[in-house]
Amino acid sequence: MLTSQFLLLGAILFCIGVYGVIARKNAVLVLMSIELILNSVNINLLAFALRNGSADGHTFALYIIAVAAAEVGVGLAMVLLIYRNRRSIGLDELSEMRG
Amino acid sequence: MFAASEVLSPLRDGWFLQNAWLAPVIPTIGFALIILFGKRLPKKGSEVGVLSMLASLVLASGAAWQWIQRVGGAGEEQFVSPVIRTWTWWQSGGMEFTIGQHVDGLTVVVLFVVAFISTLVQVYSLEYLRGDRRYTHFFAALTLFSAGMLAMVIAEDMILFLLGWEIMGLCSFMLIGHWWEDGANSRAALKAFFTVRTGDVGLLVGISILFFAANEWTTTNLGLSGFSIRGLSAWALSGEPNSTVILVAAVALFIAAIGKSGQFPLHTWLPDAMAGPTPVSSLLHSSTMVVAGVFLVARLYPVFFTGLDILGPSSNIIMIIAAITIVIAAALAFVQTDIKRVLAYSTVSQLGYMMLGLGAGAWLPAVFHIFTHAFFKACLFLSAGSISHSASHHSFDMKKDMGGLRKHMPITFAAWTVSTLALCGVFPFSGFFSKDEIIDNVGGNGYTFFMVVGLGGAFLTAAYMTRATYLTFFGEPRGASAGEHGESSHGTHSAHDGHDAHDAHAVHDSHDAHDSHDAHAGPHESGILITAPLAILAALAIFSGLFNATPFGESWEYMKKWTEPRAAVVVESYPGGPGEAFVVPAAESGYGESPCGKETPKDGVCYAPQLNHAKFKWSKALLSLAIVFAGIAISWVLSAALYGRRDPRLVGLTQRNAVARSGYQLLINKYYLDHLYERGVVSAIVGPLARGAYWFNQQVLDGILHGVARVSRAVAQVVYRDIDQRLVDGAVNASADVTKAAGTTVQPIQSGRVGHYGALLFATAAVAALVFVILNT
Repeated sequence: MLTSQFLLLGAILFCIGVYGVIARKNAVLVLMSIELILNSVNINLLAFALRNGSADGHTFALYIIAVAAAEVGVGLAMVLLIYRNRRSIGLDELSEMRG
Repeated sequence: MFAASEVLSPLRDGWFLQNAWLAPVIPTIGFALIILFGKRLPKKGSEVGVLSMLASLVLASGAAWQWIQRVGGAGEEQFVSPVIRTWTWWQSGGMEFTIGQHVDGLTVVVLFVVAFISTLVQVYSLEYLRGDRRYTHFFAALTLFSAGMLAMVIAEDMILFLLGWEIMGLCSFMLIGHWWEDGANSRAALKAFFTVRTGDVGLLVGISILFFAANEWTTTNLGLSGFSIRGLSAWALSGEPNSTVILVAAVALFIAAIGKSGQFPLHTWLPDAMAGPTPVSSLLHSSTMVVAGVFLVARLYPVFFTGLDILGPSSNIIMIIAAITIVIAAALAFVQTDIKRVLAYSTVSQLGYMMLGLGAGAWLPAVFHIFTHAFFKACLFLSAGSISHSASHHSFDMKKDMGGLRKHMPITFAAWTVSTLALCGVFPFSGFFSKDEIIDNVGGNGYTFFMVVGLGGAFLTAAYMTRATYLTFFGEPRGASAGEHGESSHGTHSAHDGHDAHDAHAVHDSHDAHDSHDAHAGPHESGILITAPLAILAALAIFSGLFNATPFGESWEYMKKWTEPRAAVVVESYPGGPGEAFVVPAAESGYGESPCGKETPKDGVCYAPQLNHAKFKWSKALLSLAIVFAGIAISWVLSAALYGRRDPRLVGLTQRNAVARSGYQLLINKYYLDHLYERGVVSAIVGPLARGAYWFNQQVLDGILHGVARVSRAVAQVVYRDIDQRLVDGAVNASADVTKAAGTTVQPIQSGRVGHYGALLFATAAVAALVFVILNT
């Protein structure tokens, strides 16, 4: 049925996002991967909302979109500041917090 | 009260009317093609843009022609129902959102204007932006803009309307900041975007209010959703709506129109938007996008009509805002040295006329003014672009770099003059027929004060356009147009910086591609791709007024016949509607007695309010013509004295005379509105917020912390002496050794690398999910 295809799409997007977060060195690409993860969650919510015929899932999806916008705003600001200070946004060079 | 409902002749239909929705779809596809493949195409994607606009123009013209047939086949008092087609867009929680087309007279007019001007401007841009470094992206954005505007115009419901509206806002941002390497341009783009967004909140709020107020009524009575424009129009005139609700909705929507159409007090973005390339100014910021706000009011006119009590005894917010806009914008145009800024303020002022017309119940003249204004204002902007392209070395400064150009650029001069006369409202030109009708009808509906404001605005318009014409085309050539290249255009920059540091100076089209022009010496006429659109638009600036030439009698009022929705009571086939509607004639005794907008219609619904039309009198027209000619004459004499002969009594008057100086300062600083917004509004929000947060931090949070600290300290004293020293220390030392050993073991995990942390996080989540699944099965 249609729902399972949506869920499959969500799962694929989620995996791509996780891969991006773990494997990418570029901070902007990592932020984009996080967006992918969030959107895969959105797709799941919408798929279930469709199956249950309720608008709750849509509401949550909108909520997540708003949160994601705020998150990416903060994230990009941080990336910008890091770039200004270090002239690079390579994440593997940021290891001051090493234990 | 109605006579037996006679069944009227069925309305004609046609392929173009049924498929008008293709008009926005084709440019959308064109946009995708340009973005994806544009750079690989032989003409860098511009051919796709021009062809898609041509296709839209054909569709729009076909739809217009078939609409005329449809109206012609209908009875005298028959309501010509719009051609509506809808498709389900998406469903959510039992609600169905549709997408579709709503083609009626207003749609057809604006559709044609947008497609027509877009086509000409794209042709013009082929030459004007040749060799630009973002040539492909320019055409992509221009095409997407047209798609957005056409979608908004054709929208069946407010959702699609909002979509088109926002696409236009985005494209406006991209195109104003086309040369973003210059900081001023990107600042202007941001300013335009944020100012318009401020108004856009009103659109969202208004649409939501209307939906929740109207949905039940429209669903039961018409079978339409509360977003549908047709449903909202009928609802607003049904006598059903609560007057407060519809008032709030109308005001919220009008705020959106203020933002988009550059009405006071949100007009400040429009002059700065001139930082974009001239074709953009011509298309977006004069003739099409900025009329979106006016279009919104015209489209949902019944909502405004009922909500704001248009035609009521007192003046309403639309008229007041419009009257302020007409006067202040026209006054600002006098102190500009940048030719495009003069035109920008002129646009703001003319949009004020359209709003004034709508606010005073002169729907048709306002819509007709959208039509004529689009042609002559686009022509004026393209003329300004032609001058900067070929004569003044990319400067737009009239005082420094222009003058005496009429001999060198005869075609541009002719186009400019014709359009200026049309803008001023001189008799045989198009502006006369629309602007004079607005002023006439405002007076005819009993708003004498606003009619006087309109006449005063006409005087100011004539005067500032004469000043601009004199500075540009007459007198001696100055600066770049006299052959001084290079340093003069830098001079304009610093001159403007002196006025206002925040000012985005639109003085200078600094695209590198035109360095080749240094080879040309002196001003010359532009190429055929620039002059041909100019000539076409100039011809329309002369003749487009004849589409509704009220002075020549009723048989010339084509626009009225074709566009104005008839205020008839329509009996829909309840409740499945909208089936083949048939109509109860408005009144047996003739035109002007329809109950629509005056009382609650019985046995049917109204889609348009009954409006009055002022009777044309030559005596009134002669008065306004006399005012216009007085404006031209006075301004000409003063300009010739001030700029031509450098008359010592006038030169430097703004420095010597205190009154003139303060007035000049007020205008140069644009009534200090930008200061108000930046220092007043922004800092008023940011400052107290920061101070409040600081106070909360210092007093409340720290207070709690200090209290907690004092108590803990007292307790600690006791604990320290008795328990800690003796009992615990031994245990602690032992556990410290254990911890240290453990820490050394786990230390490598704290690599400081985000990727490792992410991997750990997801691995943990995966394990947790696995446990969860196992536990649940």
